[in-house]
Amino acid sequence: MGYVLDGEGLDGLVRELARDYLVFAPVRKVGAGRFTDVDQVIYDFVDDASQIELDVKSDYSFKELLTPLSQTLFYYTEDQVREAGGIGAAGDPAREGDARDVLVLMRACDLHGVKRLDAMYLHNGPEDSFYRRIRDRVHFVLLGCPQTFEHCFCVDMGSNVAPDNWEFSLERSDEGYACAVANESLRPLFERYATASRDVVPAHVTQNEVHVRVPKTVPLELRTSPVWDEYNHRCIGCGRCTLVCPTCTCFTMQDVAYTENGRVGERRRVQASCMIDGYSTVAGGASYRKQHGERMRFKVLHKVYDFRQRFGYDMCVGCGRCDDVCPEYISFAACVNKLSDAVDEWDAQHEGSVARDA
Amino acid sequence: MIQDIDVKAMKKNAFRVSKERGMTASRVRVPGGLVSAKSMARIVEIAEEYGRGEIFLTNRQGVEIPGIHMEDMPKVNEKLKTIIEDTKINQEDTSQGYLASGTRNVVACPGKRLCPFGCYDTTAFAQRMDHEIFPNNRHVKVAFTGCSNDCAHVALNDFGIIGMTEPQYDPNRCIGCGQCVDWCQRRSVSALRLEKGKVVRDEDRCIGCGVCVVYCPTRAWTRSPEHYFRVKIMGRTGKQNPRLAQDWLRWVDEDSIVKIVKNTYAFIEEYIDPNAPEGKEHIGYIVDRVGFDEFCEWALKDVELPEKCQRATRVYWDTKRYDRDNNLR
Ligand code: HEM
Ligand code: SF4
Ligand code: SF4
Ligand code: SF4
Ligand code: SF4
Ligand code: SF4
Repeated sequence: MGYVLDGEGLDGLVRELARDYLVFAPVRKVGAGRFTDVDQVIYDFVDDASQIELDVKSDYSFKELLTPLSQTLFYYTEDQVREAGGIGAAGDPAREGDARDVLVLMRACDLHGVKRLDAMYLHNGPEDSFYRRIRDRVHFVLLGCPQTFEHCFCVDMGSNVAPDNWEFSLERSDEGYACAVANESLRPLFERYATASRDVVPAHVTQNEVHVRVPKTVPLELRTSPVWDEYNHRCIGCGRCTLVCPTCTCFTMQDVAYTENGRVGERRRVQASCMIDGYSTVAGGASYRKQHGERMRFKVLHKVYDFRQRFGYDMCVGCGRCDDVCPEYISFAACVNKLSDAVDEWDAQHEGSVARDA
Repeated sequence: MIQDIDVKAMKKNAFRVSKERGMTASRVRVPGGLVSAKSMARIVEIAEEYGRGEIFLTNRQGVEIPGIHMEDMPKVNEKLKTIIEDTKINQEDTSQGYLASGTRNVVACPGKRLCPFGCYDTTAFAQRMDHEIFPNNRHVKVAFTGCSNDCAHVALNDFGIIGMTEPQYDPNRCIGCGQCVDWCQRRSVSALRLEKGKVVRDEDRCIGCGVCVVYCPTRAWTRSPEHYFRVKIMGRTGKQNPRLAQDWLRWVDEDSIVKIVKNTYAFIEEYIDPNAPEGKEHIGYIVDRVGFDEFCEWALKDVELPEKCQRATRVYWDTKRYDRDNNLR
């Protein structure tokens, strides 16, 4: 069962929801792009429907809520440690004491992305308590996708249909807005603001322009495949592709001492990227994967192979943000396809022999 | 055939006196260097019909059509009508060709419309400026460039306008990757450093080029909503004392710049050398003669510079005076 709302109804609905919840949604940040007077769609807290960007895919993903770009974990003094509180970005005093649950508006691919973040932070050895702390307060609102965006390949990654973990859905319709409501307790609220009720099935795409063929297995020998070589000179190692990715989970630590004796300070964790210098630097200064082609290999295999070895499904959900953002026009999708071709070629040349998995 | 031509009027009408007797070249004004394909086709038409099928692209982004017989000038002017209208040149009567040629074509690099580093719409500002100062017979050169790279070589102009952005830093989005620090050093002026995992900007050194914004992978650096400008003044080429324009104002706004350039025309009228050949004298020579403070007084008349704007109270142009010393050392 679902509801139809007009603009006013949606305004009222969101305003009322924003009283009970923190609402985290894609927001058009005017002029926040790399280039002059170019907007960026980035997630932020909203209290008004007009702030929500419904029509384009967000440039950066919702994950900045669950795994902030930069987050203070705790403060320490001579003999005490105090865990940093709050939600979202560290040093956001406006929200630090706010204990309300959070409604996050996201598309089908991103909802599948949450499963990957959960796998990494909750089901991969001991739970990450900082992730758990915020994750327990998060509920989802599904944004329907009436049509595919430019670089999406969710269909091929099997993430075009949302999993069932959302409270209600929201998308534009001929009547204004259409919502399917899964959480029964929200019904009275919708009754108040809807213009009509009817069956609503959240829109999802069934066809993307981009197609990706994920390799079933990757022989270890392809570690040195020429597939990776072109990225040595093409990729600049900026890490944008992983920072926009809803499923990349890598972080690093910053221990920040405030004073000269180093006994007062804080520990932060910040997002890291296997594409950026320093990621593979170890104690003593040695560094691995200096070549950008090697980093590309590491990233791509993590996304469509290694993760699957551990969790049984691919990490990449096909949102296409990595292809949207790369300043060097490197297509992750194209790279996966090149890899699959190389695997096929290897298979053809080694018929009958048993590949050793990478 | 009798040839009795008012050459002064002809030059003012944007036709050149050429070394070939009886032949001229039509100079088409292209403010900001952006011309529609339609007008370009018209220029081609003129070149084929009245010229010798050649088009010369000038240094200041104008277009010159050589090989025109002087007696064809009225017919060329008729053809120029649609181009003058299309390029939105500021003259009511569009049927007589260009009404002045003293104030030179206003130059602009592609700016934010095309270039990733462009800090503002150079084309639009150039067109606005052209509208404000044309038609005018005084020899004034204004050029616009999108960022401190100065691709438009504005340092060779009387007024060189350089785009600036004031980078805005959101420490909550910064992952301390150091790419902005690295690129500011490699492509710009080393105004950034990492301190305890976050970035510190040396505000005095920063030239507002926006390189950090372009390279930050997280949008921790963004551009200021305001577009700012650096104004370099009194650059020139030429025989006596060529020199690069020097910084006068920075973090200044668009409206102030327009007023300043317009004010400068009154300064020129007041102080120009009455014997200057063809009534043209680089403004810089006038400034040298009457003093920088006097120039400032005239140029800044009724201008209220924004609080953020910084102004050099002394400007030094240190270059060779060929009119005094032509020795190679
Ligand atoms: C056979 C013995 C060892 C193996 C296989 C081993 C393996 C590793 C591995 C895989 C890492 C992670 C590298 C990274 O991703 O950053 C690591 C990090 C580290 N190991 Fe070992 N290790 C061994 C012995 C030792 C010993 C004996 C010490 C100290 C005496 C040590 C000190 C460290 C330190 C300090 C790091 C952190 C480096 C960093 O992240 O910068 N390891 N080790
Ligand atoms: S790898 Fe690219 S397409 Fe896949 S989830 Fe990440 S950003 Fe989206
Ligand atoms: S692709 Fe790279 S940055 Fe992303 S999760 Fe994997 S290793 Fe980390
Ligand atoms: S693939 Fe593109 S976005 Fe990713 S690190 Fe390389 S250049 Fe940057
Ligand atoms: S605007 Fe340019 S000079 Fe200023 S900090 Fe950024 S890169 Fe450096
Ligand atoms: S490039 Fe961006 S994320 Fe990296 S250190 Fe600079 S401001 Fe921080």
